Amino acid sequence: MTALIEVENLTLKFRTDEGLITAVEDVSFSIAKGEVMGLVGESGSGKSVTAKALMHLNAKNAVYSPESRITLHTDSGPVDVLSLTTARDLKVVRGGAISMIFQEPMASFAPAITIGKQMVEQLQLHSDMSKARAREISIEMLDRVGISDPARRVDQYAFELSGGMRQRAMIAMALSTKPKLLIADEPTTALDVTIQAQVLDLMKDLVAEFHMGIVFITHDLGVIAQTADKVSVMYLGRLIEEGPVREVIRNPKHPYTQGLLAALPKLDDLEAPLTPVAGDIPSPLERPTGCVFHTRCPKFLGDICKTALPRDEKVDPNHRVACHIHSAEVMA
Amino acid sequence: MSDDILISARDLSVGFRIGSGFFSKAVLKAVDHVDLDIAKGSFFGLVGESGSGKTTLGRALLKAVPITGGTARYNDGEVDLDLTTLSGPALKDYRKRAQLIFQDPYAALSPRMTVRDIIAEPLEVMGLTKSREETDARVREIAAKCRLNLEHLRRFPHAFSGGQRQRISIARALVSGPQFIVADESVAALDVSIQADVLNLLKQIQRDMGLTFLFISHDLSVVAHTCDHVAVMYLGRLVESAPTRTLFAAPRHPYTRALFSAIPSLDPDDRGRAQKLIGEIPSPTNQPPGCKFHTRCPHAIDRCKAEEPVLEHPGDGHEVACHRWRELLDEMVA
Ligand SMILES: Nc1ncnc2c1ncn2[C@@H]1O[C@H](COP(=O)(O)OP(=O)(O)OP(=O)(O)O)[C@@H](O)[C@H]1O
Ligand SMILES: Nc1ncnc2c1ncn2[C@@H]1O[C@H](COP(=O)(O)OP(=O)(O)O)[C@@H](O)[C@H]1O
Ligand code: SF4
Ligand code: SF4
Ligand SMILES: [Mg+2]
Ligand SMILES: [Mg+2]
Repeated sequence: MTALIEVENLTLKFRTDEGLITAVEDVSFSIAKGEVMGLVGESGSGKSVTAKALMHLNAKNAVYSPESRITLHTDSGPVDVLSLTTARDLKVVRGGAISMIFQEPMASFAPAITIGKQMVEQLQLHSDMSKARAREISIEMLDRVGISDPARRVDQYAFELSGGMRQRAMIAMALSTKPKLLIADEPTTALDVTIQAQVLDLMKDLVAEFHMGIVFITHDLGVIAQTADKVSVMYLGRLIEEGPVREVIRNPKHPYTQGLLAALPKLDDLEAPLTPVAGDIPSPLERPTGCVFHTRCPKFLGDICKTALPRDEKVDPNHRVACHIHSAEVMA
Repeated sequence: MSDDILISARDLSVGFRIGSGFFSKAVLKAVDHVDLDIAKGSFFGLVGESGSGKTTLGRALLKAVPITGGTARYNDGEVDLDLTTLSGPALKDYRKRAQLIFQDPYAALSPRMTVRDIIAEPLEVMGLTKSREETDARVREIAAKCRLNLEHLRRFPHAFSGGQRQRISIARALVSGPQFIVADESVAALDVSIQADVLNLLKQIQRDMGLTFLFISHDLSVVAHTCDHVAVMYLGRLVESAPTRTLFAAPRHPYTRALFSAIPSLDPDDRGRAQKLIGEIPSPTNQPPGCKFHTRCPHAIDRCKAEEPVLEHPGDGHEVACHRWRELLDEMVA
């Protein structure tokens, strides 16, 4: 599989009044064409910040380490995303080759402009098509995502639509430019399960049809199981486990991933007690030394976990985990 | 009303007058003719899509929104109150017996209050303690039950994680010594790894203190694991109500079945077999005639469009409001 986007050693801190906050630390992964990567982790673990980095879209107080590199492979060659600065250059990663859909669809629609006008502007920004053609495509896309009466809806405002319809309209807008990579940040978290099921189905169809890569961010492992090819698990800014979806869900290797799966209330066994991961998520200002999970880890090995950063170990060709239990030194 | 029922509602309705004009007669029926018995000491779950009326029903039982039709009673053995007409000193008394757990005390309360003050506030507002010493003792006792120590009590809520903040909000709800607690989406904002901890705490408190919970949630897996009885709402109506195990093993209402099948399976090889519901919940200001679910129900027949089903009590404790439930059950068995 050819890589669509490669992230290498991404480290990102935010300058704040309380000092530098590490949001993402030494994260590397790549996504192939047509591949769906699920990104899971607790709130604050750095999922959204990582996703926004792919579009070089983080807030002004963000500081990238010099080693951080993001390479997008386009038809006209590789693009070094983090070196893009001008609005003109950034177009390719913001709505061109990469599009993003958000948890709160209202955030991506301007309140005073109709959905159609916004879709047309977006299309014209990224191509040289006529206004009439852009409107035609917009209506087609609204129809494609299951919005009934699209020729009328196109002239409505986002606030006039229900939550589920707004989410569909946002997906339509994000896909109208035919991006190579779609970033979906908790796209169904605010929806009811019944509407979530509809939106997930729609996304599965669209992946099959457009063959794009997707970063699917969610904290819901059920949603991951239903959509992703591979899963990356983040904790306190670090990518602690990555592997094929079946492997990670059935055979998790990192104690945090194991804890997360055990904490999930399961419908097929109502008698099973709920087992939380002990302790609280540390504040980003009190980042643990060594393994970032050591303050809560039930398999804590002692000093090594407190002092040494566990390296990525391959437990399988496509399955890696950052935990001393799996590192060669301990096994030896 | 039998002795083991704490809350009993009959034909309970809550309507909100909408529209801008002073003489506007448009009414939004948020809760519509609901019959409900909550047994003493139970952990009673309420589920349904957004806008189905769960919060409004919970608030009506707390006397926090006006009841516009039907009756509701509260009987804890000490007092027997008619919630429909409750006012004055009796209402004040009810306020300490029935409490709501805030979803997030940090969002709801002043960031300049210490955790001690947040928990003590209901005692002070209701005048339940006579001295600062008594208040402090009560706050410490409840805080300990919620695993908050003296050090925590001195701090401000912004210094706490989501799980700790939720424990503060539980302590605040418990401090007046209530019998009845409404927990509205109390773990919805928490991460999975923390959520189980708060649920276990709620269950433990309920058992230790013999409390009765109305647990409102949109997360069916959470409800399945914590509640002993579950009621399902749709557009203001109760459509099904049963002991948890019965409900999850053999749901009778087509809506409940659709809800269950929409839960994403954790098995990556079990993709896309959900029994998909088409469309969305209709607007409560423009409700369909007959069975309110008929616009989305795969089993709807002409009768469903004309005649509204009532909640049937077949005698086995598993109530359902659907014209065709028996027939559909036979079809499923066949
Ligand atoms: N004060 C009010 N005035 C007018 N309408 C209201 C008011 N409060 C609630 N409603 C309406 O009543 C209906 C039921 O709302 P309610 O908040 O009880 O739903 P819910 O089941 O708790 O939903 P959610 O899952 O989103 O919390 C909704 O249509 C809502 O918009
Ligand atoms: N603009 C910003 N300034 C300071 N800190 C930020 C900013 N954006 C994000 N963060 C911090 O970065 C961390 C990761 O955030 P985020 O990626 O949003 O997490 P999530 O995994 O929930 O999407 C958090 O600690 C968050 O508070
Ligand atoms: S490195 Fe140590 S603390 Fe970290 S997850 Fe592995 S065993 Fe636990
Ligand atoms: S009464 Fe009719 S429409 Fe309503 S749930 Fe039953 S079968 Fe469906
Ligand atoms: Mg986020
Ligand atoms: Mg609600």
